[in-house]
Amino acid sequence: MAELNYGLSELALEIRGMVREFAESRVKPVRAELDETGHFPTDILRELGKMDLMGLYIPVEYGGTFEGDSMPNLIAVEELSRICIGVSVSYAASGLGADPILIGGSAEQKKKFLAPLASGEKWAAYALTEPNAGSDAGSIRTTAVKKGDKYVLNGTKQWITNGGEADIYTVFAVTDKNRGARGVSCFIVEKGTPGFTFGKKENKLGIRASATRELIFEDCEVPAANLIGREGTGFIWAMKTFDVSRPGIAAQAVGLAQGALDEAVMYAKVREQFGKPIIANQGLSWMLADMATKVETARALTYAVVKSIDAGVKDISKFSAMCKVYASDIAMQVTTDAVQVFGGYGYMKEYPVEKMMRDAKILQIYEGTNQIQRDIIGMALNKEYAAVAKP
Amino acid sequence: MHIVVCAKQVPNTTQVRINPETNTLVRDGVESILNPFDENALEMALQLKEKHPGTKITVLTMGPPQAAEILKEAVGRGADAVVLLCDRAFAGSDTWATSYALSIAIGKLEKPDLVLFGKQAIDGDTAQVGPGVADWLGIPCIAYARKVEIADGQATVERTYEDGYEKLEVALPCALTVVKEANVPRMASLRGKMAAKKLNIVPLTAEASGADPAHLGLNASPTRVVKIFSPPPKTGGVKWQGEDPAAMAQKLVDLLRERKLV
Repeated sequence: MAELNYGLSELALEIRGMVREFAESRVKPVRAELDETGHFPTDILRELGKMDLMGLYIPVEYGGTFEGDSMPNLIAVEELSRICIGVSVSYAASGLGADPILIGGSAEQKKKFLAPLASGEKWAAYALTEPNAGSDAGSIRTTAVKKGDKYVLNGTKQWITNGGEADIYTVFAVTDKNRGARGVSCFIVEKGTPGFTFGKKENKLGIRASATRELIFEDCEVPAANLIGREGTGFIWAMKTFDVSRPGIAAQAVGLAQGALDEAVMYAKVREQFGKPIIANQGLSWMLADMATKVETARALTYAVVKSIDAGVKDISKFSAMCKVYASDIAMQVTTDAVQVFGGYGYMKEYPVEKMMRDAKILQIYEGTNQIQRDIIGMALNKEYAAVAKP
Repeated sequence: MHIVVCAKQVPNTTQVRINPETNTLVRDGVESILNPFDENALEMALQLKEKHPGTKITVLTMGPPQAAEILKEAVGRGADAVVLLCDRAFAGSDTWATSYALSIAIGKLEKPDLVLFGKQAIDGDTAQVGPGVADWLGIPCIAYARKVEIADGQATVERTYEDGYEKLEVALPCALTVVKEANVPRMASLRGKMAAKKLNIVPLTAEASGADPAHLGLNASPTRVVKIFSPPPKTGGVKWQGEDPAAMAQKLVDLLRERKLV
């Protein structure tokens, strides 16, 4: 199939081939079942670990294969997402959980916690959201009080992806409630720590293979050595994580939209009505053309943002927000249109597109709603133009 | 423990066609793959290696230079060493000559504890090479193995039958031919693929193998392929449907009686 030259490295192309084949042979046959039952894709993640694909974002010195190019990891997420984002979010959320350690962790913390993630032996999860702290992440209420060489955590985290399945959690908690967002700290908490338990698994509209649970901390003692950076730096790690993780959501969106486009075009070529394939109708082929154009535009923007992150471009938040908001919006549109192309069949569970449409919705919500993304872009514009705007 | 896995490069099953003029396989434009049953044999070896650290896996194939591709695939999945037996002198070998050549190559390796084969190759479908090699090596062979456990110098093997399985104990070294049900073959790892790319496979020639030239290739092969053909699809017959099952059964019995078959 014709494709644009995005200057992908040999490694990125190798990863694309491997994950594409893996997703087709291992994920596609079970995705409907995973969606139906809501079973966590344990075997799939284990196998990805054996294939050295769980550490694409972890530097070589900590057991991964990352050497400055973020595209292999992004493409792995995109290719898994083409088949099932319930699986790809479970895969990517481990990286999200590891990001605060990668960004703010000490060498000892990296050595201890990243190696088992790179080998796929353990998975991670990122725990920020609370019942009353969604978009307003600065208003979290989970507390961490220092007691000797430990911190004592109390509170509840909500909707934590990989909750219960992961072994390593990066948990945000308030260490100084008088300082607002500057009073938030980030801790590494291991599964099995006394006082750390899990709530019920959520029953979701989409990404049903993924595990979403509450994390409950009741006088949970965490070694002070597990504090990332200094007290009060937590919110910085949280926001810096989003700068680099939002393109991952965009990659999910691009992959999902590509998967829906693939299904729609193939169906439109074989479905005959009025004696001809429905793709021969201009109205329908223009619809497919718009879908394809949106997918490629989203891909181009997402890849450009990731390459800019790797190149060390400053003030990346605006662009990370742009690729997240754009790609997830078009994923919602493209998957909805794919259902339309399939007509009545598209509404049926025998075909994969209704799942894709259900799955797409979360992309506009998690990792910062698309309204929050637009806020970030708007605030950046306001700031950038302050210098040049004449009253 | 040293495990030797014998593997074959074969045309992809889903694409096999036979030229009706020459009765030979059409190989043009057909993708070559690692014989699927050999994938199960390799997977069995890899799982044994996971259970018994320090195990070494050598994958051996006989074939043209491009058969090196399946050896690279094997290294990508975790094989430690490979041998490509490659020489014009081997061309046209039947199962007798092939098993002789493979046994000679194995004889040059560190003495194996286990020699694994796929139950058969999907192109020839003879299922003879595995037992043949075992015979040349003078070791026992259990065909159609679906499970193996190694302990105290012996293997406990489950041999599959159409209607069940039988559990056997056999002293090492031994040979096994492996069925599909044994496992789900893994895919190559990233590090494995990278290692495979750097691999420079030097073919082992007939002369270097020390094989007796009189036992090699087409001339040494006691069997000949006289004709290959696609069996004609079965035609005729009658189909009854939509009637009361009891009535249909009666009809069938009447028909069998009428033809004096019962």
